[in-house]
Amino acid sequence: MRVPLSWLVEVLPSLDGRSPEEVAERLIALGVEVDEIETTGASDVDGLVIGEVLEIEELAGFKKPIRYCRVRVAASGEDAVRGIVCGATNFAVGDRVVVALPGALLPGDFRITARTTYGQTSDGMICSARELGLGDEHSGIMVLPPSAELGADAIVTLGLHEAVLVTEPTPDRGYQLSVRGLARELAAAADAGYADPAAVEPGFTAGAGFPIVLDDPAACDRFTARILRGVNASGSSPLWMQTRLARAGMRSISLAVDVTNYVTLLLGQPMHAYDLNLLAAPITVRRARAGETLVTLDGVERTLAAGDDLLITDAERIQGIAGVMGGAHSEVSSSTTDLLLEAAHFDPRVTSRAMRRHGLLTEAGRRFERGVDPELPPAAIEIATRLLLEYGGGTAEDIATDVGEPRLPGGVPTDHRRIGDLVGVEYPPDTVIHRLEQVGARVLVQEDESLEVVPPSWRPDLLETADLAEEVARLEGYDAIPSVLPPAPAGRGLTASQRRRRAVARALAHGGAVENRSFPFHSAEVLDRFGLAAADPRRRLVALANPLSAEQAYLRTTLLPGTLAALARNVGRGAEDVVLFETGLVFREPATGSRPPAPVLPGARRPTGDELAALDAALPEQPEHLAVVFAGAVEPSGWWGPGRAASWADAVDAVRLVLDTAGAEYTLRAAEQAPWHPGRCAEVLVDGVVVGHAGELHPQVCEVLGLPRRTAAAELDLGAVLAAARDEATAPAVSAFPPASQDVALIVDATVPAARVEAELRAGAGDLLEDIRLFDVFTGPQVGEGRKSLAYTLRFRAPDRTLTVEETTAARDSAVGSAALAVGAVQRA
Amino acid sequence: MSDYDPKQVALLDPDALAAAVADAEKAFAGAADLDALATLKPAHLGDRSPVLLARREIGALPPQAKADAGRHVNEARVAVQDAFDRRRAELVAEREARVLREETVDVTLPGGRRPVGARHPVSAVSDRIADVFVGMGYEVAEGPEAETEWFNFDALNIQRDHPARGMHDTLFVAPVENGVVLRTHTSPVQLRTLLHREPPVYVVVPGRVYRDDEYDATHLPAFTQMEGLAVDRGLTMAHLKGTLDRFARAMFGDAAKTRLRPHYFPFTEPSAEVDLWFPQAKGGPRWIEWGGCGMVHPNVLRAAGIDPEVYSGFAFGMGVERTVMFRHGISDMREFAEGDVRFTRHFGTEA
Repeated sequence: MRVPLSWLVEVLPSLDGRSPEEVAERLIALGVEVDEIETTGASDVDGLVIGEVLEIEELAGFKKPIRYCRVRVAASGEDAVRGIVCGATNFAVGDRVVVALPGALLPGDFRITARTTYGQTSDGMICSARELGLGDEHSGIMVLPPSAELGADAIVTLGLHEAVLVTEPTPDRGYQLSVRGLARELAAAADAGYADPAAVEPGFTAGAGFPIVLDDPAACDRFTARILRGVNASGSSPLWMQTRLARAGMRSISLAVDVTNYVTLLLGQPMHAYDLNLLAAPITVRRARAGETLVTLDGVERTLAAGDDLLITDAERIQGIAGVMGGAHSEVSSSTTDLLLEAAHFDPRVTSRAMRRHGLLTEAGRRFERGVDPELPPAAIEIATRLLLEYGGGTAEDIATDVGEPRLPGGVPTDHRRIGDLVGVEYPPDTVIHRLEQVGARVLVQEDESLEVVPPSWRPDLLETADLAEEVARLEGYDAIPSVLPPAPAGRGLTASQRRRRAVARALAHGGAVENRSFPFHSAEVLDRFGLAAADPRRRLVALANPLSAEQAYLRTTLLPGTLAALARNVGRGAEDVVLFETGLVFREPATGSRPPAPVLPGARRPTGDELAALDAALPEQPEHLAVVFAGAVEPSGWWGPGRAASWADAVDAVRLVLDTAGAEYTLRAAEQAPWHPGRCAEVLVDGVVVGHAGELHPQVCEVLGLPRRTAAAELDLGAVLAAARDEATAPAVSAFPPASQDVALIVDATVPAARVEAELRAGAGDLLEDIRLFDVFTGPQVGEGRKSLAYTLRFRAPDRTLTVEETTAARDSAVGSAALAVGAVQRA
Repeated sequence: MSDYDPKQVALLDPDALAAAVADAEKAFAGAADLDALATLKPAHLGDRSPVLLARREIGALPPQAKADAGRHVNEARVAVQDAFDRRRAELVAEREARVLREETVDVTLPGGRRPVGARHPVSAVSDRIADVFVGMGYEVAEGPEAETEWFNFDALNIQRDHPARGMHDTLFVAPVENGVVLRTHTSPVQLRTLLHREPPVYVVVPGRVYRDDEYDATHLPAFTQMEGLAVDRGLTMAHLKGTLDRFARAMFGDAAKTRLRPHYFPFTEPSAEVDLWFPQAKGGPRWIEWGGCGMVHPNVLRAAGIDPEVYSGFAFGMGVERTVMFRHGISDMREFAEGDVRFTRHFGTEA
């Protein structure tokens, strides 16, 4: 809300003399966000006068309408009449307008000079509200009422050098969307007296006024309406009101509309003025029926939600969506003289739903959804009536309609100690009572010193002790709360999984990989580009109902699209050697195909075990994954010699690093899995379950994704790896006796995996084997077509003695024998 | 004395011996390297060297002269040997020094043969913050990112049709009527923790959260929060303030502190925004908006089956990206999402 400081001072005179910054600081300390203080001075805007349009000449031959105007800017004198070119058309001869003369300064450091444009010399500028810094209205220039004094300093008339506070209320405090509410807060904080502007004696009695029917008395629990006749409703409002509204960001439209807006800003009670003669009694407030539509004031036809949208209707048509926006039909027009003024109260939730459903974030709706004081309607009607009669003439009926029974806040039992205990400050009982009374509550002290606090009608948010504690604490000042560290509980530190997850990330980073955090969204098409089969689990996409874009329509089922996109981006930006890793959740629909909907459960109650299970059953699967991708060299070339290009082996090594760091046992074997190269992909198994893949990407995938050739990648179910990690390893017995090494070269069929040969050697070598190392892989005519030679060093050691040559030879022979038996290995001579 | 040979006896003349020593010393000193020295050795210490020839003559001397002559000869021989050893030691030292000199390299040649990677600054700072709280006795709790509306909203006292629910700009998992959203904050983990543990509960929750926001310099559709929750008997706002102050000092030094401003959050009451007094700010220390906090709303405790008359609690939450931004002077949030290694490498592996 935009609040001119002068308006606050008018309602709370004790603020007089305070700087805008001081007032803003107080509001912030009270919990009212102040987004901005608009203080404009002579260095922002200067040199404006009020002029009168004498003649308008429409200049033809341009793409848009251009007017050349003769404008009187002073009662007399040489330069009293200026020629000014203007592109707006919303004014007429005789209108009073704001003129920026050459030399004038407009907000945005816009200096006005006389210049030739559209073939005419323009000796100044006629200003729009936006050009004057009065809000965003720019559909035309600002037309002032005839009472604006010709030649007067427009800066003074419009209060352009006055400060405006731009405040943002929190969603629970609708009362702060009014001058009334803000002034009350400031008065309380300063312990100053406060005269409620809503404390006016209604000049009417409630009775049989315009007939109003409340069809849903819970959704609309109060409706006050009064008939005014003979009012010049379409005339212009007084200049002071126009300027105040302009500073508050509202455009002057007509007396009737301006007055209702003015009262809305002053009290926080949204109002509406109908052309009485366009209404067919009675007005019924009811829920929408099936198939109903309404063209709202913004000219949009809206389909209304049957059974939910609350409507203001008369006997013939729908007049508006209650508390949100009116329809076009009964708008005040230039011929309107008889009015029906409405001030009503609507259910915040009903208004909130309607506003969001129709995308109509209106001033009225913003207030109703945050809660409007249901006791305000008579005062709002009274103040609006007085203003309309004063500036538009006419008479008001003595009897007005006032129907409905609003629900008012109930009493809250509490006591000063509980409030102090929550805040951590020992408040004396008097302080608590005084502060609660300042927010408008009635406080009854019981015999046992406990309190019964009846919140005021505008504070439906005060429901229990915690709410009252906040009121006391903020008025006493949060700064008064001491800083006390609670006694430290005994914690258990990070869990094993958390420690291992960190260790994995650090190991990868120290190994050369850079961590990436991509957004967890991708398209379905990227999976096509990956070449995934229709039945691939990564096709079980979880869709977003309101995705950010078509490219981000689904939650990721694999980390690779995001990580590879970052890799491509880096390569595109000139990086040649890039290793990235990423951890994060992926999301999958369950294998069964569908998730049951989550039960709708109330808050403030612990769900039953079954209900909690039903909540969790509604969620998609969300395993944590890890991905590593490689492009370019893992070791760069340099003065030391050539580098080493990343390959499938680095991706597989990264998997080993992760599993070893996590402390999980695993096996590797060849696999065919998109998007990997079918001959260069390993799958990783933990306890017989595949937990990931690593290798070189399929050349076509690299091509389609714009990745460097031979890009390598790995992706693991990190959650499964961490869960499989063994807890405590038993320490090995380290022998101090010397080792004995034996080399063997085995020729096997080229298709036999090295891992298989090694496993057989290990199995055959027995307990004396300490280490086994493959130091050469050789293919060629010497070993035969379709065969390969694997050369190993076997290192033996005993825990309790120095091994003899006979012992190690026997162990070696046993190892070779095992490999020969299992995979047909032949020892090379 | 028939076999007395004056020439031979002359070899035993002390002056002759002294001359032989002097000759040897001079010759050895003139040797340029170990090879030259070795070549000179036979002439001065070999069998035909003057000193050794002289020793041979001793046997022919009369017994009374033997002892004297023997002593002279021996002294001379030791002197020659010493001269040789000294020179040899000098030459060995010289050779070693030369070898080392010849092996000199340019130690300023560039490194980078084994490139080191980096943690993402948001991950590293999340870990750092978690460590601060683990040091205070907290544990780290986690929860799902796709979350039911009950956990994300209802249980946190964010009621249906309340404007606070609309303010969250929620991303919904399809179909909307299934009631699953991408969590808009880490607060659902408060409930997940409280539902499964008895108080006292002291946890921090780092995690990714989602908003239906345009991707621009100040908004990311997915970002990171760090949430703290303490539920125990007798916890007050003063304890909340004390915890935040300690957190601020642990992260930003002893000059850091916090300030609370009243605010509204549905899941806390009283609620506050936290400002941080940031001593290292560019252009001088200043207050920076850091996060939100408050006393856990009684309805949140009730949703977990905890009696608010017995227990109270506080909770707080900070944006990790935001924290990294002001800590490191980053003005564009997109840097966190682009994954440019030039950006990330800068932060190394620890925060």
